[in-house]
Amino acid sequence: MFVNNDVQTNANDMLERHIVQPNDPQHPIVLATEDLHVFYGKSEALFEGDLQFAQNQITALIGPSGSGKSTYLRSLNRMNDRIATVKGRIMYRGVDVNQPDIDVYEMRRRIGMVFQRPNPFAKSIYDNVAFALRLRGVTGKKKLDELVEVSLRQAALWDQVKDDLGRSALGLSGGQAQRLCIARAIALKPDILLLDEPASALDPVSTSQLEDTLLKLKEQYTIIIVTHNMQQAARISEYTAFFNQGRVLEYDTTSHIFTNPRVQITSDYVSGNFG
Amino acid sequence: MKEQSTSVASLERQLKKHSKAAKLEVWGRVVSFSALVLIVAVVVAIIGFVASKGIATFTTNHVSLWDFLTGKNWNPGIKDAHGKPEVGALSMIVGSFLITILSALIATPFAIGTAVFMNEISPNRGAKILRPVTELLVGIPSVVYGFIGLSVVVPFTRSVFGGSGFGILSGTFVLFVMVLPTVTSMSADALRAVPRFYREASLALGATQWQTIYKVVLRAATPGLMTAVVFGMARAFGEALAVQMVIGNAALMPHSLVDPAATLTSVLTTGIGNTVMGSLQNNALWSLALVLLLMSLVFNLIVRLIGRKGRLQ
Repeated sequence: MFVNNDVQTNANDMLERHIVQPNDPQHPIVLATEDLHVFYGKSEALFEGDLQFAQNQITALIGPSGSGKSTYLRSLNRMNDRIATVKGRIMYRGVDVNQPDIDVYEMRRRIGMVFQRPNPFAKSIYDNVAFALRLRGVTGKKKLDELVEVSLRQAALWDQVKDDLGRSALGLSGGQAQRLCIARAIALKPDILLLDEPASALDPVSTSQLEDTLLKLKEQYTIIIVTHNMQQAARISEYTAFFNQGRVLEYDTTSHIFTNPRVQITSDYVSGNFG
Repeated sequence: MKEQSTSVASLERQLKKHSKAAKLEVWGRVVSFSALVLIVAVVVAIIGFVASKGIATFTTNHVSLWDFLTGKNWNPGIKDAHGKPEVGALSMIVGSFLITILSALIATPFAIGTAVFMNEISPNRGAKILRPVTELLVGIPSVVYGFIGLSVVVPFTRSVFGGSGFGILSGTFVLFVMVLPTVTSMSADALRAVPRFYREASLALGATQWQTIYKVVLRAATPGLMTAVVFGMARAFGEALAVQMVIGNAALMPHSLVDPAATLTSVLTTGIGNTVMGSLQNNALWSLALVLLLMSLVFNLIVRLIGRKGRLQ
């Protein structure tokens, strides 16, 4: 049901589209959306987002501002529930998580999210990482210490903060704070990590460190990242989806999107002619 | 060459000519500065006046400060067995503090609960109904609260808790309703000041809405919430009319919450018209006013300290 290697041409609307879902036996599909529509009030922000995401790969969502890519991403772990109406199916390992009887809190522990602006809590570095663990009932100090260390190591922040875990997280630099947010999100060992323009508030050095971190995290997590930075998408992702005006116009391997885009608008966008 | 120098001169003239807008700016600065001077002068004058009058009890009438603060008998017109005037204010000070702390204790959970509902749980209904209602409650004159207290709360207290109905308990109930809107709307402001990304971060980590409110939003808003409570206490401490109508006005040490008692403010409002300027009775009342003034300064100081601590976090 998930393997769909055909090039879809949508005859109904006149839009030029080119969608190739991932098909790699080594990286099965873990998340897929089917017929997904998002409405803010009565206006439709996302008309159709039918994408499949491969396990342990990085998928980049690119497109101009207002193209619906963040809306799409936030719908995946239902962060849009209170502000928008999301219709369609979000198949997570075979279960539609866009049903009313799904426990969204339990689901979000499997599908974590990191935001555009680094948003650590006004707590210590340690308490930030331990926040979700404690909510989940992990209380033993030894267990917490261990999980905090592992998470910080995975986020490549451990060496910089190991001596002052008790310091307020608000004193960290932007890049450190964003990596703390990643550590906080992976402390629960989620299955999928959603990142909404995580590097847009960071300087180039921090951005490149963040990208290295993501490439390492790929070994354990499935990553979906919204980015405005085309070079970033080209550098780190295996698959890229191009959004425009609420529609996915092209989805393929990143190398195809950047070297041989089939859709004219995609070609214009990745070559910097618009957007 | 000559042409150039004339053009420089004319440019200089143009640039140095003070335009109408520049003159208006000076005028505006003068007006706003004089407004500031007037306000500061009024505040200093009030503090100076109350202080000089309040101190007269101790300097002119030679009452000891210790007797004033710890004495239990308030009867400035009468001298006791030692020939000293009875100006012990302890019962009123205790009454004021009791009524303030009790009403704040009851009002705080309700106020924070309402603010949480308004801001976190049902923001739409909160904005449409609850906010206007709480703002309306702030505007009701205190005499109306007192009147309702007199005709509803006092009989209620009498039938449920016994006694005459007049006393600290009735005052507490009336003040509870009076400070509730203040504390509620200030708590709501404090919650609204918590950035949205805190809530999003917490929800994205799988926290439930209640966990988010309890562990993140209320923690982040704590300095603001404490400020709200202190403001409510300041209002309760200074409220005179409504309290005076339900407390029974007996300047006695309160032995139970349903006995008639008095507060600093209620003694002031009942007594100030019946004394002669310059007499001990009058000076003693001014001393009570001074205590009130100092207490409101203390409340202000606490609010500032909380604010500073909140910024440092």
